[in-house]
Amino acid sequence: MDHEPRKISKSLLEPSIPAISNTNSVRFDIPFGSCSTEDFPDYGNHQSRESTPLTNTTNQDPRLMLNNLTFLEQKIHQVQDIVRSIIEREGRHTLQPDELAAQHQLVTADLTSIIIQLISTAGTLLPSLQNTLLSSTNQPSSAAACQPQTVSNNLQQTETFQMETSNINGIVEMVEPVLLPIGEDHDVKDCEDHGDCENLLPGSYEVLQLEKEEILASHTHFCLICGKGFKRDANLRMHMRGHGDEYKTPAALAKPGKDSSSEVVIIKRYSCPFVGCKRNKEHKKFQPLKTIPCVKNHYKRSHCDKSYTCSRCNSKKFSVIADLKTHEKHCGRDKWLCSCGTSFSRKDKLFGHVSLFQGHTPALPMAMDETKVSETSTQMPTSNEIMNDVCGGFCNIDDIDFLDIKGIDEEPSFYSSVDFDSFNFGGIPEYTDNNASQLSSSYQVSENSRPFMPNDYDNRTINDSNSHLLS
Amino acid sequence: MIRVLSSFHTPSSIILPESKTTLFSTHSGTVIRIDDAHDISMGVKRRRRCSPEAMSLEAMPEEILFCILDKMTAQSLKSVSLSCKTLHNVESRHRRTLKPLRSSLLPAVLSRYTSILHLDLTLCPCVPDSLLFSRLPQSLLSIDLSRSRGFSAAGLTGLVGRCGSLVEIDVSGGTELGDAEMAVISDGAKRLERLRIRMCKGVTDVGVGMVAVGCSHLRELRLKSCSGVTDLGVELVAVKCRMLEVLDLSFVPITGKCLPAVLQLQYLQELYLSGCSGIDYESLMDLDQKCESLHLLDLSNCENVSHVGLCSITNGTTNLRQLILSYSFLGLSNSMINLSKLHSIKLDGCKVNCSGLKSIGNSNMLLKELSLSKCNGVTDESLSYIVGKHRELVKLDITCCRGITHDSIVSITKSCSYLTSLRLESCSLISVKAFPLIGQCCRLLEDLNLTDTGLDDEGLKAISACSKLSSLKIGFCLDISDNGLIYIGKACKNLKEIDLYRSDGITDVGITAIALGCSDLETIDLAYCTKITDNSMNSLSNCSKLSTLEIRGCSQVSSLGVSTITVGCRQITNLDMKRCSKINDAGMLSIAHYSQNLRHINISYCSITDMGLLALANISCLQSMTILHVKGLSPSGLTATLMACGGLTKVKLHVATKSLLPLQIIEHIKSRGCVFQWIHKPISTGLLPTFWPCCCLNDNC
Repeated sequence: MDHEPRKISKSLLEPSIPAISNTNSVRFDIPFGSCSTEDFPDYGNHQSRESTPLTNTTNQDPRLMLNNLTFLEQKIHQVQDIVRSIIEREGRHTLQPDELAAQHQLVTADLTSIIIQLISTAGTLLPSLQNTLLSSTNQPSSAAACQPQTVSNNLQQTETFQMETSNINGIVEMVEPVLLPIGEDHDVKDCEDHGDCENLLPGSYEVLQLEKEEILASHTHFCLICGKGFKRDANLRMHMRGHGDEYKTPAALAKPGKDSSSEVVIIKRYSCPFVGCKRNKEHKKFQPLKTIPCVKNHYKRSHCDKSYTCSRCNSKKFSVIADLKTHEKHCGRDKWLCSCGTSFSRKDKLFGHVSLFQGHTPALPMAMDETKVSETSTQMPTSNEIMNDVCGGFCNIDDIDFLDIKGIDEEPSFYSSVDFDSFNFGGIPEYTDNNASQLSSSYQVSENSRPFMPNDYDNRTINDSNSHLLS
Repeated sequence: MIRVLSSFHTPSSIILPESKTTLFSTHSGTVIRIDDAHDISMGVKRRRRCSPEAMSLEAMPEEILFCILDKMTAQSLKSVSLSCKTLHNVESRHRRTLKPLRSSLLPAVLSRYTSILHLDLTLCPCVPDSLLFSRLPQSLLSIDLSRSRGFSAAGLTGLVGRCGSLVEIDVSGGTELGDAEMAVISDGAKRLERLRIRMCKGVTDVGVGMVAVGCSHLRELRLKSCSGVTDLGVELVAVKCRMLEVLDLSFVPITGKCLPAVLQLQYLQELYLSGCSGIDYESLMDLDQKCESLHLLDLSNCENVSHVGLCSITNGTTNLRQLILSYSFLGLSNSMINLSKLHSIKLDGCKVNCSGLKSIGNSNMLLKELSLSKCNGVTDESLSYIVGKHRELVKLDITCCRGITHDSIVSITKSCSYLTSLRLESCSLISVKAFPLIGQCCRLLEDLNLTDTGLDDEGLKAISACSKLSSLKIGFCLDISDNGLIYIGKACKNLKEIDLYRSDGITDVGITAIALGCSDLETIDLAYCTKITDNSMNSLSNCSKLSTLEIRGCSQVSSLGVSTITVGCRQITNLDMKRCSKINDAGMLSIAHYSQNLRHINISYCSITDMGLLALANISCLQSMTILHVKGLSPSGLTATLMACGGLTKVKLHVATKSLLPLQIIEHIKSRGCVFQWIHKPISTGLLPTFWPCCCLNDNC
């Protein structure tokens, strides 16, 4: 039943490639390939039960959608007729009780099918949701029975689609307006055994590539009935129980994909959709990612904005929320200090740092505070001189040293570029020398931070900025 | 040629060594000749009165006077400095080393001696910060605070700030010292070469790391028992202090992780890893560092190092000379085969077997020192094999090797004629016939320990042939009598130490023979030699160098005997008179008057009252007192004495007296740096040992 529609899909896709504005049509083949393996328990296993090519065919064609809608319309009319007939018979009291029950069952079944059809039709319009929703065109109850067959089909299908994908990617990804810098690779943590990946011969595994939207999609499992999205398949199955007794059977609740047994498991590795990344298959020294979570974390860490900011230090940013949580556990507890002002959460890191650099030495947190107090107190009487220097437009080295110490004390804001912005030096009125003595230490920090300021700020006179602080 | 002095006939306080004519050459090339060197100080006094010839002394350049002072003993220097202002000043400028008895003296002393280089404060238990801030000479090179308390980071800041050229700092035992103090040291003492921070438990890796970075010229670092230091700190030290020669990591909780870095130190000569039980053989397996400079390796008490681990360490240390493996539970095998330069092995307390010892015998090293004390499994066969192969042995310690019989002694005496030190304590199977062999063959012996063997007078007679003998320990030899001691007294003129503990057969005759014969005697232990009377004390008073006298349990010795000995032996520093019930206040008064050098005294069970005890406060250097079961004492007398003895560092009292002394007084004395030790022992007659010592009696065992 699968083979016929897949041909259709191919014929549909190939001519439409240049016209595709987003990559959806190319992308959705991958979960189907991947979900048949055991590697991704939370990644769309339920889809493996479905015959996906059918949904593919319905995908882009508006005529098909029109067909669907007409079909729905007819279906609704049918149900209307049935209900009308029930009402009529009730009026005449000629209805047998078992007959009535059968009628009711019919109505329920029809309505269910209408709802499903409606959702699936609507689903085609939502790019990232489509594959899961469309798969619902098949009856879930029948899915379990035909699973082995479909799995094997899916594998074949994936292969063919893979070819298409690799062809298409070149075109599609070039158009993608992603300009994020390639960050550090944190993936080693996730793919702990990625050494295995390296041992694999280039041809011995299958390379799959998820697309950006799919990686970033918050939910990957959707309820066939109500459309609610879930991050985990297990959660979805739990949710499904609420939709009827048929979802409460052990077969429906069982973790799918466990019994794939006898088939040859093809090793799958993943490629990052970001061209130029080492994890992208186009890269010369391509290092594949091992699992889908790896792909997600890698993509977010390396090619996405770091949108999660630590609420404690207000400086560290993360793109993966788990990283933020890990950081927050240790944030503010960096008790291992170096004389250069760097702090470490681990002692061995500090000692590695110290042994690496000449002149750096481990420092005492308490001793730092003491020296700070003494230094500032001794320096305070001379702050006028500093101010004079500053107002003259330069800082001598001693002052900078002194300011550095202050800077360390005032961390972490000192190191964070964000906080410099918060000084808000724009539009600064006049400032007179008389006020120099009244300057608070915040000014000194700002002065020291000057090298980090944007160029346009540098052009302003110091006097300007100071007077703003005072005003 | 300047003829400085010719003939003054006064009691000499300047003893110029050997020849009567001494030549001093100065930088300017002048040669000064002193004929018949006598008392310069007296010469000065007399010169002022009459002799124009001796005027030249004052005119002499200071460096020449310094050369003269260099040759004087401490006692003479005191006399010289007291003779006149000029010499007083010269002596003040000449002195380089200072060891004040009390910290309160320090300011005054420092203002006099301005060119001090080495300051030893080990006798000052309490050194407050203010002292370290005071006028310490800027040129100070070394300071020893190892037994001093009361100073903190602030004081050290003052010290290192003022004395920037400090090369050596010893703050061992500073359990309250921490990383802050280390920060100060690393910050100020940039030229530091030797740092000892033993027992500084507050010091962590951070402190050690700061020292390692700050004091990169370190040559010696002793971290013994610094329990806060781990591999990280040690590794950093090894990375940063490339000049290290001596590294003591005993009882530091390190593992084998830091050893690769340590063994890469180019100049490392001595490495102490005693009690590092974190080092196991697995971590030593991959060591491939070659540390060819290493001379001494101490792996004692490392219970997890097996011979495999030892092998992998010693593979790279081909120049090792000394190996200490005491109590390390390793089975010896071929681990020492390639250590051709090894000349000293200590295996005290190890379980050894015959084949292991034979492998030592088979190795091609020239062993000079072998210590097998308390080793299980030493047999006649294995020992004979070793000594047969290592005929150059100089020191042999087989204390408590109970399996040893006459056969071993025969082979030892046959092979090792160069022995200077032989310790046979508690080798009870040795027969009487063995001792004549020792006397016949080992004529070079200087140190002989025969405690608890069956030694008799014949044996002593034979041993007296070892004329170089300086230390003889024959305690618990119940068969010896005066006759044997008379031989010793006649022949062993160099004897400095004799131990006659519980050798009950001897009387005054024997002691007199020793005292008359061995005039250099410094230490004598007569504990529980119950036949000793005041006559022995009388004759011992001839030994003017006597410094340690133990007459514990000699109940016939009275105050009279003590008085004579204190008059004769002014150098006495240790005096143990426990259970000498005839000694009373009279004895104390004479001790207080004459024994101004006394440091340690035990007057338990003596018939002393408050007066006698209080008199002891007159002794300014008194450091420790043991006062148990003295019936005549009142709490107030005890309190007064403790308050009056300002230099006390340790007092042993019965626990019952604790409640009798005012708490504030105890606290006050503690704050001066004195430690109280409260003893629980009940009163006893003590004339017989409560237990017969099964193993060892002496400190060295």
